[in-house]
Amino acid sequence: MIFIKNSITRKNLMAITGLFLSFFLIIHLLGNLQLLLPAEEAQLQYNSYSHLLGGNILVKLVAYVLYLCIILHTLDAIYLSYKRKQANGISYAYDRRGRASSWYSRNMMALGIIIFVFLVIHFKDFWYHYKFGELPLDANGNKDLYTLVVLAFEQLWYVILYIIAILALGYHLLHGVFSAHRTIGLYHPMYNRIVRVLGVVFAATMTLGYIIIPLFLYFNLQS
Amino acid sequence: MSKTIKAPVPEGPLVEKWNNYKSNAKLVSPNNRKKLEVIIVGTGLAGASAAASLAEMGYNVKSFCFQDSPRRAHSVAAQGGVNAAKNYKNDGDSVYRMFYDTLKGGDFRSREANTYRLAECSASLIDQAVAQGVPFGREYGGYLRNRSFGGVQVSRTFYARGQTGQQLLLGSYQALLRQQHAGKVKLYARHEMLDVVIIDGKARGIIARNLDTGKIERHGAHTVVLATGGFGKIYYLSTLAMGCNASAIWRAHKKGAYMANPSWTQIHPTSLPQSGEHQSKLTLMSESLRNDGRIWVPIDKNETRLPGEIPEEDRDYYLERKYPSFGNLAPRDISSRAAKEQIDLGKGVGPLKNAVYLDFSRAIKEYEKDVIAERYGNLFTMYKKITGIDAYKEPMKISPAAHFSMGGLWVDYELMTSVPGLFAIGEANFSDHGANRLGANSLLQACVDGYFILPYTLQNFLADQINIPKTDVNHPAFEESERLVKDQMQSFLNSKGKKTAEEFHKELGKELYDKCGLLRTKEGLEKAIENIKNLREEYKVNLLVPGTAEEVNSELEKAGRVSDYMELAELMCIDALQREESCGAHFRAEYQTKEGEAKRDDENFCYSAAWEWTGNASSPVLNKEPLVFETVKPSVRSYK
Amino acid sequence: MKITLKIWRQRDAGSKGAFKEYHLDDVSRDMSFLEMLDTLNIKLIKQGELPVEFDHDCREGICGQCGVMINGIAHGPLKNTTTCQLHMRSFKDGDTIYVEPFKAAAFPIVRDLKVNRSALDHIIAAGGYVSVDTGQAPEANSIPITFEQAESAFDAAACIGCGACVASCKNSSAALFTSAKISHLSQLPQGDKETSTRVVSMVNEMEEEGFGFCTNTEACQVECPEDISVLNIARMNYEYNKARLVKK
Repeated sequence: MIFIKNSITRKNLMAITGLFLSFFLIIHLLGNLQLLLPAEEAQLQYNSYSHLLGGNILVKLVAYVLYLCIILHTLDAIYLSYKRKQANGISYAYDRRGRASSWYSRNMMALGIIIFVFLVIHFKDFWYHYKFGELPLDANGNKDLYTLVVLAFEQLWYVILYIIAILALGYHLLHGVFSAHRTIGLYHPMYNRIVRVLGVVFAATMTLGYIIIPLFLYFNLQS
Repeated sequence: MSKTIKAPVPEGPLVEKWNNYKSNAKLVSPNNRKKLEVIIVGTGLAGASAAASLAEMGYNVKSFCFQDSPRRAHSVAAQGGVNAAKNYKNDGDSVYRMFYDTLKGGDFRSREANTYRLAECSASLIDQAVAQGVPFGREYGGYLRNRSFGGVQVSRTFYARGQTGQQLLLGSYQALLRQQHAGKVKLYARHEMLDVVIIDGKARGIIARNLDTGKIERHGAHTVVLATGGFGKIYYLSTLAMGCNASAIWRAHKKGAYMANPSWTQIHPTSLPQSGEHQSKLTLMSESLRNDGRIWVPIDKNETRLPGEIPEEDRDYYLERKYPSFGNLAPRDISSRAAKEQIDLGKGVGPLKNAVYLDFSRAIKEYEKDVIAERYGNLFTMYKKITGIDAYKEPMKISPAAHFSMGGLWVDYELMTSVPGLFAIGEANFSDHGANRLGANSLLQACVDGYFILPYTLQNFLADQINIPKTDVNHPAFEESERLVKDQMQSFLNSKGKKTAEEFHKELGKELYDKCGLLRTKEGLEKAIENIKNLREEYKVNLLVPGTAEEVNSELEKAGRVSDYMELAELMCIDALQREESCGAHFRAEYQTKEGEAKRDDENFCYSAAWEWTGNASSPVLNKEPLVFETVKPSVRSYK
Repeated sequence: MKITLKIWRQRDAGSKGAFKEYHLDDVSRDMSFLEMLDTLNIKLIKQGELPVEFDHDCREGICGQCGVMINGIAHGPLKNTTTCQLHMRSFKDGDTIYVEPFKAAAFPIVRDLKVNRSALDHIIAAGGYVSVDTGQAPEANSIPITFEQAESAFDAAACIGCGACVASCKNSSAALFTSAKISHLSQLPQGDKETSTRVVSMVNEMEEEGFGFCTNTEACQVECPEDISVLNIARMNYEYNKARLVKK
C-alpha cells in the first residue's frame, strides 16, 4: 500500500474501506438492537448471536476484511495527512477560510482519531474479552457477552464516552458517506442529491441507533 | 525623406489573391524546420495561435509574455463574439459581403486584399476553434448559433456566452501548452521584451527582462514576431488591461519599423462610465447588449426623474432616430460619437452626467427575463458587481471608452514590418480594419493572422534562412541593445523626482482623450503636441521610481511603458493632425457634413500613413501607402 | 472612509514574511479594492518606501491574474467575485483589512502578494487540450453538440485559473482546477477521445507539482469566482478510475 503514490487511488482506498465500514455499522447495529429486548430474552439471544458470529467461517472471513479495512483506513488517513502538510507549505497568518465549508468536513482526521481511540477501548473491553478472556456461560452454554456489556453500561462515564464517540462517528459519517461516493466518481447531479440525503439519513440513523442502546441500558439498569 | 511605399499584393482577381500567394509561396521542408528558431512576443490569440501552429509544423518557438501565464493575455476579455462568413443563417451572407462590410465599416481605409483575406479565412477559424473544444453557443438541435453585431445586417457572429475571447484564448493557450509539452515551444512567462535586435538588417532576436528577477536576457532567433496587442491603454482610462502597452511595437518602431495610422483608436460605445478620480480602468460591457438594449437619453437636460419614471415621450432614442435602418446596432464609432454628442449637450445621465442609458425593459417584456438572462446573464452580474445596480430593474448607464487600436506597426501583405524578418500580427499591426473596426472582427483578425496567415508568410521568409546558423547572442548588436536598455532603466531610477509613472500616465491619458479622442481639431491637436512635449520633458526629471532594476519592480516596468507612451502619444497627435479629413474613428471637427457625419477626402487622403522614426519623437517622416481599390469603389459610408 | 490595512510583506520565497500595518484616510466607497491598493502604493512610493507588489491585469474579473486573501478569504468577502471586482463599498469605515497572498507549497511567493502559479500551467500542459493541429479541423457543424452539452461543458470551461480554489482548500488541492478542464473536454465529442490519457497524465502532473488531494469539503466552489461545480471533481475521479481500471 505504501507504494501507491497517486492520491486519487489513495482516496479510493479511503472511500471503499470507509463504505465497507459503514456497511458493517448497519449489521453491527442490527445485532446490538437485540440488547433492547427484555433482559432475559436479550441475554440468551444476544449471546447465541455472538456465538454464531464467532463460529461461522464466512463471518470470520468478513471479520478479517473488517480488521484490514480499519487498518488501511487509518494508515491511509495518516499518509494523507502527511501529504496535506506537505502541500500546505506555510500556513496563513489570518485564516477565515472556514466560512466556506462545514467544520466536520475539515476535521475528519480529528473525528477519526476520536473514533480510533474509542475503537481501541471498545475492542479491548468487549472483543478482546470475548475472544481471549474468560467469560461465564449463560443458560444455553454460550459465553455471556450480554452481561459484560450490560455491566459496562452501568457506569455513567462509560456511557458518556460512548456517546461522545458515537457523535464523532455521526459527523464522520455525515461527511464521509457522501464524500466517498464523490471520490469513487459519482458525478451525476441527481444521484448526488440522493446520496447526499441518504447520507444524512444514514448518519442520523446510526448515531441515534448507537446512542439509544447505552442510554437504554443505563436507565434501564438504574430503574 | 517622405516616400511612397508599396505593399506588393499577389496578382489576380481579389478572390484568388490569397490562393495565388499560397500556391507560389516558398516552403521549408520538415527536416529543415527544426533548425529554425522563431521568437514570438505575446501570448494572446494571435501570439499563442501562431506559436502553436508554427511549433506544430516543426519550428522551434520561443514564446514570451509579461503576464504570469500565457492565459492572462487580454484577448481573454473580449466578450461578444467572433465573425465568420459561414452563412449558417441563410440570410445572404458570403465572404464577399463580409469583406465589404468590414471594408465599409473601416471607412475604406484598409488594404482591400488584406480585408478580403480576413473574411476568406474566417470560416476555417470556427472549424479550428470547435475542434479545439471551444464551447460556442448552440441551438437546441446541436448546430452552431449566431447573432448579429453592430454595422452589419446579417447574423454572422459566433459566441460563447459573453466570454468568447476567453474561450478562444483558452483554445489557443492549450494548443500552445501542448507544444510546450512536446518540447517545441519554450515558454517565457513574466518576461517583458525591451528591444528588438537587428543584425545585418534583419530582426534576429530580442532583449527581455525577467520580471521576477530583474535579469536582462538575450534571446536570438531567425525571425521575430510581435503579437503584443493594442495600445488603447495610452488613454489611461480604457477597456484594456493594466499591463497592456505599446513598448514592444514602439521599440521596434525605433529600430526602423513604420507605425501606421497610430491615431486611429476605436472608442467603444458601451463601457461603464467613470465614477471618480481613483479609477484605473473602464469596464467594457459587450456590444452584443445592443442587440436587445435600446439606447436613450432624456430629452430635457434638466431631467431629475428616475429612468423608470420617464415616459416614452420624454426620451430620445437618438440612435434609432438618426440611423433608422441600423438603429442601436450602428457601428461603434458612430454610436460613440452620438453618445458624446448627447453628453456634450448636457443630456448625459448619472452623477457625473457622463453616460447614456442602455435599456432592456422592452426586451424583457418581449422575451421574458430568462431569455435575456441566458443571453447576457454574466454581463448583468458583472454590471451589478461593479455598480451595485440591478440592470433587470433599471437601465444600465454606459459611456464611450478607448478600446481598440486600428493603427499599429505597418505590415505588408505578408504581415512583415518594414524591418525584414520582423513580423507583426493581431492588434499590434494595422492592416485589416481601416479607420474603424467592426464588432467581433478583432478576435477574428488575431486568430486568422496566427493560425492561417503567418504560418504561410513566415515560412516564405524562413525559406531563405535555412543556411543561416543560430543567432549568436554575443553579437555586438545584442551588447549594444542591452546597454541601451540598462541605461534607460537606470535613468528612470536616477531621476528621483516627485511623480510616479502612473500619475504621468493619467495626465497623458486625459490630454489625449480630450484632444485626440472622439473629436479632434487642428487647434486641439497642436495644443496637445505642445503639452505632451512638456510632459515628456518633465518625465525626464520629475519621475519617481522606487527600488532597483535587479528585483521585482512593477514601478520600473510602468516607467518604461509610460516613457514609450509619451513618445507614441505625440505621434498619434501628429498623425491625426496631418489627416485633414474625417474617416471612421478619426473625426476632425473641421471635416464633417451638414448632418454632422464624417466627411472623407478620397482624393487627398486615400492612403495609410506609415511613420518612420528619425531619432526625434517630434519630427517623424511620413511615408504614404496609397490604398488601391481594384474591386470595390469607395462610397459614402451611411448607416441611415 | 478610513481603513487600516495589515498587508503581508515578504521579500522573496526564501525570506520570512510578516504583516505590516498601513493607514488610509481617504478611501472612496466606489473604489475597487485594487484601486485602494494603488492609492496606498502611490503614498508609499512618495514616502520613499517600496510599494506593495500584487498581481493584477484585466481588472474586469476574467484574466485570473489577481487574487489575494482578504480577511482570510480568497478574493475577499463577496462570493463568486475576483479581487479586482471587489469594491470598497463591501467594507465599513474604520475596518481593519488583512491582506495575504495565496499560500500553498505549489505557489511559491515571488514578493509580497505576488505568487508563482505556473504549476497550474504545467497541469494544462500535461494534457488539458484536444490534440488537433491547425488545419486538421473538419467543418464545424459536422458534429452537432446539443445545447445542454455545450452549456454544461462551458460551465466547466469558464475557469479563469486564478488559484483561489487551491488557496481556499485546507489540503491545497488543485482538484477543482484540474477537473474543470478534464470535465470541459470530456463532455465534448472533440475532446472525449483522449479523456483517459488526459486524465491520467493531468492527475499525475497535479501530484508532481505538489498539490494536495481532495477531501470534498467543497470550499473551492464556494470561493470560486466562476462558481465551478465540485461535481467536476467527481467526474475527474470517475474518468480517472475508469481509465485505470479498463486501461490495456
